[in-house]
Amino acid sequence: MAINWFKYAAPATFYGLAGKMIPYFAWPAAILFAAGIYIGFFVAPTDAVQSEAYRIIFIHVPVSILSMFIYLVMAGYAALGLIFNTRLSSMMATALAPTGALFAFVALWTGALWGKPMWGAWWVWDARLTSELILLFLYLGFIALQASIDDPRRADRAGALLAIVGSVNVPIIYFSVKWWNTLHQGSTIKFSDTSMHIAMKQALFVMLAACWLYVIAVTLVRVRSIILERERNTQWVSELEEIRAGEQL
Amino acid sequence: MNWAEFFAMKGYGLYVWGSYGMVLSVFVIEIMLVRHKRKITLQQLRLMRDAGDSQ
Repeated sequence: MAINWFKYAAPATFYGLAGKMIPYFAWPAAILFAAGIYIGFFVAPTDAVQSEAYRIIFIHVPVSILSMFIYLVMAGYAALGLIFNTRLSSMMATALAPTGALFAFVALWTGALWGKPMWGAWWVWDARLTSELILLFLYLGFIALQASIDDPRRADRAGALLAIVGSVNVPIIYFSVKWWNTLHQGSTIKFSDTSMHIAMKQALFVMLAACWLYVIAVTLVRVRSIILERERNTQWVSELEEIRAGEQL
Repeated sequence: MNWAEFFAMKGYGLYVWGSYGMVLSVFVIEIMLVRHKRKITLQQLRLMRDAGDSQ
């Protein structure tokens, strides 16, 4: 395959490509959300132990997995930007952070609403919950640090260091239910066979795919604005149809 | 199964719908924010173009 991948690492090329790709992620995300909700509420049976409250799992688990995964992708992009000095990778890291923070927040929120009826507490200072809270603070710290530095390239480098150092927290969250004796239940999705009903598993994976596509779509929209902002003094931006032919202000 | 029973979630309605409701609002707000940011960014670039300092 003679595809020149570096071509797409140029912000000018990626801007157009991302614009074309957004609908291909956004629409399947919407369809999969609808399908996942349908399977989760109308096909999956009531849980024997947790009754109907367990249905929170179909959103809590996908969102929590992605809150960790987005962090690793963000730190990976930030590291690429730091090592190879590629502008687009740093812009991707910046674009991923707000979505990651929202996912970490939603993971904690849905967890609290599940914890209250099952454990009798909204919050406990347990290893899993505490390390997820630290993840939220790492996202917020990354965003605040980048926002506090005027020069975008310096902001990229400072943010990258924070993101890379903070990534040690992700395996701590993941393995916390094994390493410590916690209140939080063990992993729902195991690489070996799980004991879940087939419809529960289907709903979970459909929702996970939907969240994944949602994250990609929303990040692409955000990164396009970041590209425009940072490349505003370039020839290619001034020649864009949406800038050139846009209405007079 | 009727709808009232469905929404009651056997007494867990508050927790289940509180979870899904929050996720839905967060997604809707985030979509609005990224679209608004695009609109604002384009407006700023057109202002720069009209001011003639885009080069």
